Amino acid sequence: MRPHGLKLNGLKLFVFTASLAPLGWYAWGIQTDNLGANPIEAVTRGLGTWALNFLLITLAATPLRHYAGWTWPLIVRRMLGLFAFFYASLHLTTYLWFDQFFDWLAIGKDIFKRPFITVGMTTFLLLIPLAATSNARAIRKLGGRRWQQLHRMVYLCGALAVLHYTWMVKADIRKPLIYWVILTALLSTRMVWQIRKAQCQQFRK
Amino acid sequence: MRILQKNHIVPSEITSHALYTRRREFLRLSAGIAIAGFLPEAQARLGPGKASVFSTTEAPTSLKNVTSYNNFYEFGTNKEDPAEYAHTLRVKPWTVSIEGLVKKPKTMGMEEILKLAPLEERIYRLRCVEGWSMVIPWLGFPLVSLLKQVEPLGSAKYVEFITAVQPDTMPGIRRGVLDWPYTEGLRLDEALHPLTIMAAGLYGDVLPNQNGAPLRLVVPWKYGFKSGKSIVKIRLTDSQPRTTWMKSAPSEYGFYSNVNPTVDHPRWSQATERRIGEFFKRKTLPFNGYADQVAQLYTGLDLRKYF
Repeated sequence: MRPHGLKLNGLKLFVFTASLAPLGWYAWGIQTDNLGANPIEAVTRGLGTWALNFLLITLAATPLRHYAGWTWPLIVRRMLGLFAFFYASLHLTTYLWFDQFFDWLAIGKDIFKRPFITVGMTTFLLLIPLAATSNARAIRKLGGRRWQQLHRMVYLCGALAVLHYTWMVKADIRKPLIYWVILTALLSTRMVWQIRKAQCQQFRK
Repeated sequence: MRILQKNHIVPSEITSHALYTRRREFLRLSAGIAIAGFLPEAQARLGPGKASVFSTTEAPTSLKNVTSYNNFYEFGTNKEDPAEYAHTLRVKPWTVSIEGLVKKPKTMGMEEILKLAPLEERIYRLRCVEGWSMVIPWLGFPLVSLLKQVEPLGSAKYVEFITAVQPDTMPGIRRGVLDWPYTEGLRLDEALHPLTIMAAGLYGDVLPNQNGAPLRLVVPWKYGFKSGKSIVKIRLTDSQPRTTWMKSAPSEYGFYSNVNPTVDHPRWSQATERRIGEFFKRKTLPFNGYADQVAQLYTGLDLRKYF
């Protein structure tokens, strides 16, 4: 029996709706021609930013439980992670469609010649197995330990995504720097835990 | 119902007796004030400029897009920043000093500069190195009319353009994203080319601040960043100027920066561009479509090496 079933569903529904808000914002912006002189660029960049935002929000769930004692982010973590993948897919689609118009030769050249595209593509490819194994069946099939090992790749995805963003920027790297700071904070807390855990185990021996 | 009020003020209190007796002078004075009152409006409209054979017949980008999507890093690095912050730029009084390897170095006020040559409407394509483009109806005059004033010496080979630094009005200056003042340069023959203009307006009006008021350079066959905004100093030199973007990223921004679909920016292809206001991308033309007029300037020059 789940006494908080209703409340949980409410939370999930709220997070789900809120997560769709950025998409709604850009859809509304296109409808009303409210995205400035270069709407396609605005949409492409906006969707990429939100993919990155969701990735970092997902990574914040565990530290939030650790430091603030919040458990609810863990309940919606999978959903948030899938939204990161969702926005990354849309970001990639806008690039393939509105930037390159499915000119596969040009896309191929872009991927091999330009590090920031290479890194962006790699990030997306690495996100695919994570999204594909996000259901309970995959966890059972892979076994908890292997599943966890696979999903540690999300840290790499985070770093690659921020690198992709940094390399795209021309001269003003203040915003990418903010993302680096947040990412470093999120990853270093985990490293601290790992070191502490290792020390504890040593102490027990 | 009209309520009649007794007029307490006698006419002599409104106009002083001394002035009253100098009626002609008074009239002249008030006429002057009236004209001065209209002057800002009279100045706001510079055009219509003389039509030019160099103008394209392509449809100009909307005024809204031309004035709301700008790179002017002194006011911020977002495209919307210049339109939001550049209104504080002090454009009056404005002087431009021309110095270096010239016979008669000179500092000229804007009023004097605007009298040098009749303003022409030059509808030019503008291609940004970032992969977007516009069509802009500039109002300007050939740069050569300005350079003639100072009589360049035979030893002058390059022209350096130095743009305004107003730390109190420019938030970007305080942040130091680039090495200020923003500096750009041309070879002297490029500067003297009839396509190269100094623009003081667009769409028939004075140049909006975000577009480089009160005076900017326009070199239509080069990427947009070559055309410095809000220019305060022009120096003629015998060596190639070190430009701002070359200092920032020498592998990405060359001195020439001619629009060239076959030479990619290291981070993106330059083969196509998005015309602002259009959905589909279009092919980028060599020298931004001005090859017939300017290609001969570069005969024998390897444009891959000298990008």
